[in-house]
Amino acid sequence: MATFFGEVVVAPSRAGVDDEESAEEAREETLEDRAIRRELEKKREIDVLWTLKSGASAESCAEEPLVCSEFIVAIGHNAAAFLSSFILDSVCWEVVGAVKLWNEWCRTSNTTNVLPTDSFCLFYRLISDPAVLLCQCSCYVAEDQQFQWLEKVFGCMRKEGLQVTILSTCPVADYKTQESTLTLPSPFLKALKTKEYKEQVCCPLLEQPNIVRDLPAA
Amino acid sequence: MFVPCERGGGSASSDFKGFTLLVPAVSVGNVGQLAIDLVISTLNMTKVGYFYTDCLVPMVGNNPYATAEENSVELSINAEVYSLPSKKLVVLQIRSPFIKNKYRPFCQTLLSWVKSSKCARVVLLSSSHAYQRNDEQLLGTPLRYLLTPDLEKAVGGLMQELKWKEMEKVAAYPGINDSEKVLHIPGGGITKLLFTESCSKGIQMAVLLKFCSEGDNIPDAFALVNYLNEWLQIIKSEVNTSSQWKIPSSWRLLFGNGLPPALF
Repeated sequence: MATFFGEVVVAPSRAGVDDEESAEEAREETLEDRAIRRELEKKREIDVLWTLKSGASAESCAEEPLVCSEFIVAIGHNAAAFLSSFILDSVCWEVVGAVKLWNEWCRTSNTTNVLPTDSFCLFYRLISDPAVLLCQCSCYVAEDQQFQWLEKVFGCMRKEGLQVTILSTCPVADYKTQESTLTLPSPFLKALKTKEYKEQVCCPLLEQPNIVRDLPAA
Repeated sequence: MFVPCERGGGSASSDFKGFTLLVPAVSVGNVGQLAIDLVISTLNMTKVGYFYTDCLVPMVGNNPYATAEENSVELSINAEVYSLPSKKLVVLQIRSPFIKNKYRPFCQTLLSWVKSSKCARVVLLSSSHAYQRNDEQLLGTPLRYLLTPDLEKAVGGLMQELKWKEMEKVAAYPGINDSEKVLHIPGGGITKLLFTESCSKGIQMAVLLKFCSEGDNIPDAFALVNYLNEWLQIIKSEVNTSSQWKIPSSWRLLFGNGLPPALF
């Protein structure tokens, strides 16, 4: 959609339901359709694997939720690279878990010895203070997997006394401001915080009409 | 799915017995959602809760109805509920599209919440593609309404008095068999599904929709909200009704940023 000045603004699909999609659903689902749909759903399922103290892997943490006071999540290549460059090292941090997922955009690598160009989602713990957890998520988590990611990862943690910090990046072109984006200071940082977050935030808050979407929002 | 806010009201703030619920459909031009924004902003409605759902694309931002520095820092997400007990009005605002294959579960959960919260009636604000109108629909008002049989009994007469036009049914197989007519709301998102489900579940629902196209849909939103006001009388309608609806601060910069001075 062209604006009054001629720049093209992306207007994402507005009608909530594709007419073809609704027609498809209205058709009776055969056993075969149902089986195919179930297989596809299974393929898109997210698995969260934790390496516990004993060194054994475990999938469910129903018996023993992780005790965590500080959880830092870096989403996207830039944020993950930031953590790799400035925070993570093999001396102070150990890998304690990983998320395995597949979607049309990426498949997470199987190894924990990852390259910056790989798609991965790993959890690290500070050896000197095991209540500090870090997550580097450089893989793209699709829309229909975001809620699952959220429930499976946070489902493993004790929520009392937990402080979560999410690091993410967005293209400057998406930032809406009255001035030109060319004059913005660098680094350009904005924050969103819940009512319960009492500490000082190191940068100004994100003003409307700007929003955050996808996994950081979830 | 509905999570109430922890405010002083407590459970009282989520008692919607006898209230009118306004819901937008995510539809062409987002007209229903824009109209709901106008209602919430003008009436200065209080947020009473949100929907915790996996059916909508996640999003978060600061308060879209902020009027000053002090009230601008409350977080806002993709499905929130606002209420104004003095007018027995409760409003759901939906701010992001449905995730593929999730619109049906959302409709089911929404309608069962409507039943459990004992709302008296639901008004669904929606829109439909203007380019799909037939010859008769090209003339006259672009606004239409629909009522479920239960609500028809209650307010059907009022619609006649207001001289409103009911949404026409179209031929199921145009050109081949014109006798079988069906309801068709192209671009209406979940409108048709919610309406047909409400009919079968005995829910009192009205659909108010406008024919429009994608583009600057602010005038369409005003038209729809004034249409709603003709019936529900949410605000006092005077001669120049457009100026009485308050545009929220989040409607700034809908069509891109300011001009870069380097361009000149």
